[in-house]
Formats: sequence, structure tokens, C-alpha cells
Amino acid sequence: MSKIEVSLQTALGGFALDAVFTAPSRGITALFGPSGSGKTSVLRCVAGLVRAPRGKVCIDGECWQDESRRHFVPAHRRAIGYVFQEASLFAHLSVRDNLEYGLNRTPAKERRIEFGQAVEWLGLKALLPRGSQHLSGGERQRVAIARALLSSPRLLLLDEPLSGLDDAAKADIVPYLERLHRELSIPALYVSHAAEEVARLCDYMVLMENGAVRAHGALGAMLTRLDLPLARSDTASAVIDATVVERDDAFQLTYLEFNGGRLAAIGDTAPMGAKARFRVHARDVSVALVRPERTSAQNVLAAQIEEIAEDAPGRVVVRLRVGDTILLARITRKSASDLGLKNGMPVYAQIKSVALLR
Amino acid sequence: MSEADWLAVWLTIKLAAVTTAVLLLVGTPIAWWIARTRSWLKQPVAAFVALPLVLPPTVLGFYLLLFLGPNGPGGWLTQTLALGTLPFTFAGLVIGSVIYSLPFVVQPIYNAFEAVGERPLEVAATLRASPWNRFFTVALPLARPGLLTATVLGFAHTVGEFGVVLMIGGAIPGKTKVLSVAIYDHVEALEYVHAHALSAGMVVFAFLVLLVLFMINRRWEPLR
Repeated sequence: MSKIEVSLQTALGGFALDAVFTAPSRGITALFGPSGSGKTSVLRCVAGLVRAPRGKVCIDGECWQDESRRHFVPAHRRAIGYVFQEASLFAHLSVRDNLEYGLNRTPAKERRIEFGQAVEWLGLKALLPRGSQHLSGGERQRVAIARALLSSPRLLLLDEPLSGLDDAAKADIVPYLERLHRELSIPALYVSHAAEEVARLCDYMVLMENGAVRAHGALGAMLTRLDLPLARSDTASAVIDATVVERDDAFQLTYLEFNGGRLAAIGDTAPMGAKARFRVHARDVSVALVRPERTSAQNVLAAQIEEIAEDAPGRVVVRLRVGDTILLARITRKSASDLGLKNGMPVYAQIKSVALLR
Repeated sequence: MSEADWLAVWLTIKLAAVTTAVLLLVGTPIAWWIARTRSWLKQPVAAFVALPLVLPPTVLGFYLLLFLGPNGPGGWLTQTLALGTLPFTFAGLVIGSVIYSLPFVVQPIYNAFEAVGERPLEVAATLRASPWNRFFTVALPLARPGLLTATVLGFAHTVGEFGVVLMIGGAIPGKTKVLSVAIYDHVEALEYVHAHALSAGMVVFAFLVLLVLFMINRRWEPLR
């Protein structure tokens, strides 16, 4: 029963929404898709801000909406935390009063997050006495996130919380989100159209297109499915979740292990035993039939070809299985033909650079 | 100034204070409804509330007199409730003033609610605030500049009225004879010194009111 079930059908001014998916009620689930694909509409329906005429929204078996029995719980009775695209702090309240707004309305026995905890997590101590008018964009969004957490939600809803921020403010917030992801057991739906953000923060993905769910599944699988647009975009990439096992200070390298092998990454300061996520771009991976000797690439992994698809004229993308992990390699069609690549063939994946995400 | 003039000043202030209180209680829900409704009645109701802006006060006063008089439906109601008839009483003045000044109170509050918009209320809903709670803890505080403007305008406009009061209240000293009517009476009796004293006072009062109003608007600009 530990899952989020969503089924929504509505027509809003010429825009038809028909979104059906289930997602695990653990970790962060991305609602991913281009602008206008209906992501925010889904989020608003899940929050109860909008009532879809036909719909069902349940989390771990508790239904907030089930139109088959005309059941609808209004937003203020749902244990949700909603972070809007613009921070939308209450202008008439101080930062502290903003944070306490939801907290004070949460029954004592439902409170799972303490004031001090949220303040510490999001680094807000110095901001507490300030008026909400006098904060930077990044600070405002951090307050909004803490405010949502303090109403002790069972489900956190984030509507492109980074999209209104400049790069510096984004870089400021992402570590806080990652920390919440690691340390907090609250599941979240995270609306985004930025693949980079999703690769970094999310575990599961619901891909939306034109008001419908095109596909949903674990992040690693979704990023590398050749029948979906993600694996065919210029920034196509796979993610590897690994653990830090060794440091080489002389060469400033960190070694990480995952179930498909061992990787070296440059200049990482993560502590020993820490979980780390990599994003490996398809364009940085090449394929060899024999284990390459004397190559500049540090990372060579034994792999098996699962699928090959043409993604642009003269170019193919190859799906590689490395242990339980899937990687993508983008090579020319000529290389694929010269090497006689076929499904099921054992090969070596050579990774030129490894981008550490966390 | 004579004792009768002071009586008129006091009556005017009392009338304006009571009227303003009633106006805020009545005008705020009306402004809220107009700002939030999607009903087709929105425009008709807004136009009806704005009527006193364009109608001559004598027209309002005339119809109120008929409505509240012994043969009007309002008069029938007050008589049935053993309240007597309201024309030429203080209560009658309050009713006339409330209707006359309604647009001056509803408009700024409506503008303020519009400026607040939907979002802060949605945020409050996601933070477990019930609809009533959202109104009192988010909508009203955020609309404060509009409420202040409405209070000042409602008070000042009631102090300045003449036509409605004359039609429905007459000029009973201490009961319905307000400042503007007292000035009129002085001028008619060629008592220019008395008329000057009251009129100059009104000019100063009006200037101060508008000054306060503009200062309120400046003070709250950052909230918008």
C-alpha cells in the first residue's frame, strides 16, 4: 500500500488533462515534461486546490479524493506541504511568523518536524526576525520550503521551486534540497522541466506530455529508455548511485563503488562511505570490444549491449547494462557498424569524464 | 461659535463615526464577494453599489424618504417591529449616510482584495487554514491599506454630505441638524460670521483627511 496513486481527468478551458500514475511513497518523484504538459495542474489537483471532476488521489491507502464515491478532502484538511514557483511568503508576517503559520495549525500529535529542526536544516536562524519583504529570492524560497515542512506533511509538493531563481540562488538552494532528500522520510512530488535538476534530486519519474502521462518508472530506467525522448536529447545521460570507498590525495581522485564496478572521479570531498550520485552523459561514453589498454580514460567498465537505436542522422545511442545500472553511449552509426555491435554483445564502456552530482 | 453650532459639530462626528463602523461591517463582505465571485451578478451588484456616485443626493434622499416613510415597505417593517418610522431621526440619518457613502468604502476594499489575489489564500489553505481562518489571518491583514483608506474616506464623506441628510433628516437641532445643514441655515439667515467659522473648520478638516490618506498610501506602498 505504500504508494501514491493518482488518476485525474478534467478539461480546463480547452486543455484536457488525463493523468494516471502510481509512484512510490518514498523519495522524490519528478513530474517531468515540457511547459504546458499539465504538471502543475496535476500538483494542484493532488493538493486539493482544484477539484478534477473525475479523479482519485490516494497516498498509502488514504484517499484525499475519490470521485467514484464523491469523496473530496479540501486542501486545508490534507497533510500536504506545497512550495509554489514564487515563494509567496505572507507579506504581512515576519519570517518567524511565516514559519509558524502552518506549524500552529498542525495538531500537536501530528507534528513530526520541530521548529528548530527546520530552521537548522534550511539555515534560517539569522533571518527569523526579518520581514519577509527584505529577503533575496533564494532566501525566500528556503523560508517557503521550511514553512511547508513545518506543517508536517505526509506529502511534499514542489512546483518548480528553482525556476524563478538565478543560477547563484539555485546553487544556494540545491544542497538544502539534497539534504532533505537524504535525511527526511517525507515523499515528494517535484515538478520540473529541467533534466539536470531531476537527475540530481529525484528517484522516480512521471513523464508528462500534452496533459497525459507518457510513461513512469524509476529515474535510471526512465532516463535510459530509448523509446522516450530523454535518451535521444542532446543532454541524454544516465545516473549511477555509488558509495565513496577510497581517496587518492596525490592525484586528487575519489574512488566510488557501485554494483557494476568501480569509478574514479576528480576532486570530490565527500566523506568515506557517503552516497554519491553521478550523471554520465551519453556523449562521454564510448564502446570498445576489447578492454582498452593505455587509454586516457580512467573508467572502463564491463558492459552488455541491451539495445541500439538511431537517434539522429548518422548517430546511434547504445543502451548498456553495467551490473544493475544502465548507461547510455552515443556513437556514430559507422562505428556501430564497423564494430558489428549487436544486442546482447559483451563490450567495454569507456567513460571519458564523470560528473559527480552529489 | 454658539452652543447650537457645537451641537451640530458633535452630531456630525457622532453620525460619521457610527456610519463608518456600519459601513466597514457591511462594505467588507460586499467587497469580498465582488472580488471573489464568478457569478454573473458581479457587475450588476458592483454597479448598484456605485449608484450614489452618480445620483444627486436629493434623489437618494427622496427615495429613502418614501421607502422609510409610514407608507413605504421600510416604514412598514420598522413600525411592525415597534421602532416607529425612521425619517427625521438619527437612525434614519445613519441609514441614509451608509447608502450614500457605500461606494467610497467598498471600492478601496475591493481594490485591496484584488491586489492580494488568489495565491496567498491558496498558500494558507495548504498550511491547514480553513476558509474563515484564511479570510481573517491572510486576506484582511493584507488588505489593511485598503481598509484604512476606506475608513478615512467613509468618515470624511459622511461629514461632507448635505443633500441626503436634508431630505431624510431635516434640521432638528441636536437630533438631525449636522454641520453642512447648519452652515446652510447660517447663510440663509445672513449670519456670515458663523458660516465662516464652520466652513473654515471644514476646509481644514478636509485637507487634513486627504493628507492622512495620501500618507497611508505612501506608507503601505511596499506591501503592494
